[in-house]
Amino acid sequence: MKEGKKILFEHIDVPGIEGIATYRSCGGYQSVDKALTSMTATEVVHDVITSGLRGRGGAGFQTGTKWNFLAKPEGVPRYLVCNADESEPGTFKDRYLMEKIPHLLIEGMIVSSYALGVNKAYIYIRGEYFYLYKILEQAIEEAYKAGWLGQNILNSQYNLDLYMHIGAGAYICGEETALLESLEGKRGNPRIKPPFPAVAGLYGCPTVVNNVETIAAVPYIVQHGGEHYASFGTEKSTGTKLISASGHINKPGVYEIELGLPVEEFIYSDSYCGGIRNGNELKAVVAGGSSVPILPKHLILQTPDGQPRLMSYESLSEGGFAAGTMLGSGGFIVMDETTSIVMNLHTFARFYHHESCGQCSPCREGTGWMEKILHKILDGHGTLSDIDLLWDIQSKIEGKTICALGDAAAWPVASAIRHFRPEFEAYIKDPSAIKKFSHYNEKYKIAETAI
Amino acid sequence: MPEITIDGQKIEFNQGMTILEAARSRGGDLVPPTMCYYSKLKDTGGYCRTCIVKVEAESVKNPRALPKPVASCRTLAQDGMVVKNQTSPEVLEARAGVVEFLLINHPLDCPVCDQAGECSLQDLGYEHGKMDTRYEFKRREFEQRDIGDKIKLHMNRCILCYRCVKTAEQITDGRVHGVCSRGDVAEISTYIEQAIDNDFSGNVIDVCPVGALTDKTFRFKNRVWFTKPVDAHRDCQKCCGKVRLWYKGEDILRVTARKDLYGEVENWICNECRFEKKKTAEWVIEGPSKVDRHSVVSANHYLAPEMKNDLSKLILNPDAGNNAGSSPLSKEQE
Ligand SMILES: Cc1cc2nc3c(=O)[nH]c(=O)nc-3n(C[C@H](O)[C@H](O)[C@H](O)COP(=O)(O)O)c2cc1C
Ligand code: SF4
Ligand code: SF4
Ligand code: SF4
Ligand code: FES
Repeated sequence: MKEGKKILFEHIDVPGIEGIATYRSCGGYQSVDKALTSMTATEVVHDVITSGLRGRGGAGFQTGTKWNFLAKPEGVPRYLVCNADESEPGTFKDRYLMEKIPHLLIEGMIVSSYALGVNKAYIYIRGEYFYLYKILEQAIEEAYKAGWLGQNILNSQYNLDLYMHIGAGAYICGEETALLESLEGKRGNPRIKPPFPAVAGLYGCPTVVNNVETIAAVPYIVQHGGEHYASFGTEKSTGTKLISASGHINKPGVYEIELGLPVEEFIYSDSYCGGIRNGNELKAVVAGGSSVPILPKHLILQTPDGQPRLMSYESLSEGGFAAGTMLGSGGFIVMDETTSIVMNLHTFARFYHHESCGQCSPCREGTGWMEKILHKILDGHGTLSDIDLLWDIQSKIEGKTICALGDAAAWPVASAIRHFRPEFEAYIKDPSAIKKFSHYNEKYKIAETAI
Repeated sequence: MPEITIDGQKIEFNQGMTILEAARSRGGDLVPPTMCYYSKLKDTGGYCRTCIVKVEAESVKNPRALPKPVASCRTLAQDGMVVKNQTSPEVLEARAGVVEFLLINHPLDCPVCDQAGECSLQDLGYEHGKMDTRYEFKRREFEQRDIGDKIKLHMNRCILCYRCVKTAEQITDGRVHGVCSRGDVAEISTYIEQAIDNDFSGNVIDVCPVGALTDKTFRFKNRVWFTKPVDAHRDCQKCCGKVRLWYKGEDILRVTARKDLYGEVENWICNECRFEKKKTAEWVIEGPSKVDRHSVVSANHYLAPEMKNDLSKLILNPDAGNNAGSSPLSKEQE
């Protein structure tokens, strides 16, 4: 296998790459040049289709197919919106990309907008990334000055204006329709679908919403062709993916991997995570950001039928919900033997409770209820029936809500119980068992007093 | 004409109707219960999830089953669609889950709630919920508030159905209230303690399915089931003037809009008719209202459910569930 192909990060360590001059000298903006001077919009879309590029925001939907769905009624503007809300716990790749090489995103926005026939595009960025907002604004200004944005780009007929919009710090505004509401200046409530954004999105007009990383992959595809991009990775997971590696590993950070890399190699190789800290034993991994099911060591390293598990959409999901997980947004959280799954789950549950928008009853009420039960268990007052109750609550949220936040809140609970039930039971029977994880004692005074 | 099958019954419908609308066009037990949908307003529904149903086949063209239950109030009916509502144990279980969610943070202070007796949540809980709660934590609490001098907001009871928000958005000018905060602490709130003040604001009381928005001029005056509804009208410059008067003896205790079979307002009424015309002389009386006897008190729902299910017992011994005084058969007779 061709290892270590870098598409997004090829020039990331070049000093000064955040400025337009250096970026240009490394071949930046060539895809815009190529597209505008020698390709039709349809040809660009075609390249993205053949590239097999899948959305990097979480769902992994084929980008080309999504672009193809975009309605094109006469006389109605279309919009491209870049989702830079990155709020999924464990995911911090977009931040790194935008900070280090902002022009790659802007170049991606220009070619993608050209392909979609868009003349106004937006980057929606989370409020906490204010420093990135300033970096991007500066880059946009440079791009305008250099003629890559504005009227008649490269003396063509093509015009594009690119705007930034800052969110106010809500995870839910990463959900694409909540994002559009927020962008319109309204409360960030997810919309009820259909209609989908491809038909009625921003201001009721056809809209494509794509993740930062998705858009940043487009310049390479346009420049080198879709087939070339598809030659990297696996058949169903083409190209490269940014992985935000965190947790109990020796080298946390953002890695660009070629899809199809064995999970074991990713965790233990010195080119990537460099193994588990202090030589500890691996316990579990949340492979795609807090929303995806947690897997214990034996299931993350191998698929249920004993094959090595690979970092790809299809391999990670092998085994379905019972024994698999998802690549999600690539937030790879590694937990060693000193981790309490019960505590970890409580942390996640608290997050989803806090971030629910409150529109639909199962998510609004269920997320808080699950958090309270987990808190009660941590306090040493849990009963064994609480485990079944948690299971029942998550099953009544999953699939019954307006947006996927409900599922995202349910899956961690379901998978933790499915794979680590004995740990919940042990904790409930003997709350002092937490002492085994000595580093928690300091932080969780409550658990101590309850014992 | 396109045709949809709900719980085994074939129903013809017009293109553009939702599953719920198609079901209502037939009526009866196959109609899913609703808490947030409101046919008289645009863009309602989708929030509460009580109306979820299972789609076993999407359409003639696409006869696959949908993986997740859908909100029938927001999903278009399609030719050849096959839907299960009452006949799917899965749907009933999921719905019981929704009811439980709606109730875990609800105060259930029915004995002191003006809505009791005409409360959609009471009805829903009775018909689709479970007997006991598994929730053992403190329920969320908010301060009671006045929204203007005529409307009381009892946020503890709100189920965030968004009906009042849509009402204010669509039938009054200059909406001054909406939803603040998020998640389970989201609340209906006025912007900077502003009073809702315009001619049609009182309608939010009628659309509220629970006792969260109540009429201050009726507050604690009487229990709904002790008052007698009478339809009446007057010549009104602002609205249609067609209302329902709620009498106790000779006194009009309350004026509301008239509601249909599904508890939805037939015609919006203005605040003058609602709050200021409480003398019989101001109205032309049409006669006793035909009120939906579906609600908890009127259907004698205060019986234990085992007894309700065992109708024969009731027929033999009509006093078995003696309370609000109506016949145990009143619901069936309707
Ligand atoms: C609760 C929730 C939060 C989300 N947050 C993000 C996010 O922060 N960034 C992102 O790109 N996509 C996020 N998504 C996914 C988006 O809805 C959408 O699928 C994505 O932006 C599409 O882009 P892609 O096709 O390029 O992945 C979120 C989805 C949900 C349900
Ligand atoms: S699932 Fe949760 S976040 Fe999504 S719309 Fe419903 S309440 Fe809001
Ligand atoms: S709103 Fe309904 S269920 Fe709630 S307290 Fe009032 S009558 Fe009871
Ligand atoms: S106050 Fe009433 S109408 Fe308004 S959202 Fe709450 S329950 Fe619905
Ligand atoms: S009535 Fe359909 S979701 Fe509330």
